Amino acid sequence: MRIELVRRPNRSRAMAVLSPLVAIALTVIAGFVIFTAVGVDPFRALYIYFIEPLTAMWSVEALIVKAVPIVIIAVGLSLCFYSNTWNIGAEGQLVAGAVAGSALPILFPDIQGPYVMPLMLILGIAGGMAYGAIPAFLKTRFGANEILTSLMLVYVAQLMVDWLARGPWRNPAGHNFPDSRPLDGDQILPVVFGDSVRLNAVFAIVIAVIAWFVLRRTITGFQITVLGQAPRAGAFAGFSHKKMVVLAFLISGGLAGLAGICEVAGPTGMLRTSVSPGYGFTAIIVAFLGRLNPIGIIFAGLLLALSYMGGEGVQIELGMSDQITRVFQGMLLFFVLACDTFIFYRVRIARTPAAGAARTEGA
Amino acid sequence: MEMFEGIVLTIITAATPLLFAAIGELVTERSGVLNLGVEGMMAVGAVCGFAAAHLTDQPVVAIAAAAAAGALMAALFGVVTLIFVGNQVASGLALTLFGLGLSALIGNAYVGIPGIGLPKLDIPVLTDIPLIGPILFGEDPLTYLAVLLAVGVWWFLFHTRAGLILRAVGDNHVSAHSLGYNVIKVRFLAVMFGGACAGLGGGYLSLVYTPQWTQNMTGGRGWIALALVVFATWLPSRIVIGAVLFGAVSILQLHAQAFGVGIPSQFLSMLPYLTTVVVLVIISRDRTLLRVNTPACLGQSFVPDR
Repeated sequence: MRIELVRRPNRSRAMAVLSPLVAIALTVIAGFVIFTAVGVDPFRALYIYFIEPLTAMWSVEALIVKAVPIVIIAVGLSLCFYSNTWNIGAEGQLVAGAVAGSALPILFPDIQGPYVMPLMLILGIAGGMAYGAIPAFLKTRFGANEILTSLMLVYVAQLMVDWLARGPWRNPAGHNFPDSRPLDGDQILPVVFGDSVRLNAVFAIVIAVIAWFVLRRTITGFQITVLGQAPRAGAFAGFSHKKMVVLAFLISGGLAGLAGICEVAGPTGMLRTSVSPGYGFTAIIVAFLGRLNPIGIIFAGLLLALSYMGGEGVQIELGMSDQITRVFQGMLLFFVLACDTFIFYRVRIARTPAAGAARTEGA
Repeated sequence: MEMFEGIVLTIITAATPLLFAAIGELVTERSGVLNLGVEGMMAVGAVCGFAAAHLTDQPVVAIAAAAAAGALMAALFGVVTLIFVGNQVASGLALTLFGLGLSALIGNAYVGIPGIGLPKLDIPVLTDIPLIGPILFGEDPLTYLAVLLAVGVWWFLFHTRAGLILRAVGDNHVSAHSLGYNVIKVRFLAVMFGGACAGLGGGYLSLVYTPQWTQNMTGGRGWIALALVVFATWLPSRIVIGAVLFGAVSILQLHAQAFGVGIPSQFLSMLPYLTTVVVLVIISRDRTLLRVNTPACLGQSFVPDR
């Protein structure tokens, strides 16, 4: 008896919807095993991890605050992955956006007025775009692998912001803490919901809707899809692959930069040595879990934000490392990718030995 | 003279983990599989090696544990990408995330505990030769193992039948399959080998390089190892050169910091990463050089037609 994969004639719509749910279920089961192995009560740990953050108003708000940057970045990355371009450096582009955008209020501390926030946002987007343009340029001009270059630039960006926050941009009145001067007034994004959900939540929704429209209803979206799924067909149709790589990096870099400046001008309110707890990497998982579909990404973003909240929860209440978050995120992505197989293939359990084996037996 | 000797010795210790990880990834990629999870496999290898050393006090057990942990992680990747034909790039990223998280989880109990360290080789007369003595005959056993591994892989790939089959699978999996070779099995073994090597590289970090466990102690070395494979254009001999080059960059950076050169330390720390980018660009410019040795099926999934 052997198990074989058989290609389906058409992709299975049922599996496309089911596979993320199955993946989530498998992740919870694997989590159960891990918690048991580490020696904590798995039911209590899973409750703290997945349910407790949803039981209080403040923690639901915190969940949205964390989901927003992830969703903004993941929408950009989904365009990249659609066109088969691998931007792995969103975390670096996020940092670049945070630095470029916060340069204005940090270098001109007294600047106030209605034009300040739009300027900061534009600078943030431009910073992320410029940083994303580097791997795109190296890819299209020299053929350098964009996975490796974009990832290396993450380390460079993180060291850069570390230097800025400890060195030239450190708050002179900050008792030697490695933080910049706190932003205030018009330099902070306004709250739109509850106590902590800021304007960038609106950006996230608008961006997801625009991306959905572009992908499904415009010629650019069609080009992205064709070049990603069938590069040769795209080339015959006269679509330029190089242009698409640049476009994908500029969009995803710009959105990562926007997410970065919104972190500085939002939850943190100042430039610190680290801008995000890895939102740029989490967004990669979200893009896949959301089926590269902007609307699916919103739900996936909320789920992954939950994984951050849960990690903090088990750290505080059970004294585990908050790195459990990464374990859950990694497992989830694994399971999503494995389950996706069943969209295109079905499993056949063959009772007879395979053809090759039968021949040897006959000989 | 002694300072020169010291620098060369530290460069070799910095090069060894890169050599381990890159030589393993080279075999994996030669079979047509791109495993971006090197960083995660190294991290798990590092923590498991350290834990085993702490529990048993046996260096050999520790080294074996590091290799086994890396191989086990790679097997996970193999199941997702080879059996369930998941996307290799995304699966590799998942492996890195998972590995970094898992290593921190396991390592929580070992933070701040001193490690055992490995004894260095000491051959009475030979090691005492000035300059070349300590460099050639005074390294730790793992460094020799890494060099042996590189030579062994070169011999295996280009001078054995099994190596030929492995390369054939990486270059044209459809033909290899038609000839009757089990593509999935060959690739699975190559992936496991790559994982074991990455685990050894990680183990080297926590047992020899800095004998302790700290979170994120791999510090991007797994990614640099991936770049090294491209730099080496998939040839083992050039992996050795590349590892020494990158080891030198990371050590010179440390020395420059120690001498208090007027550059902020963060900029010096950027050097290995920036060097990687620059080197990738220089190598990638020469398309023909790359095309000759790049496994043609690199990163492509294979599902046998029945």
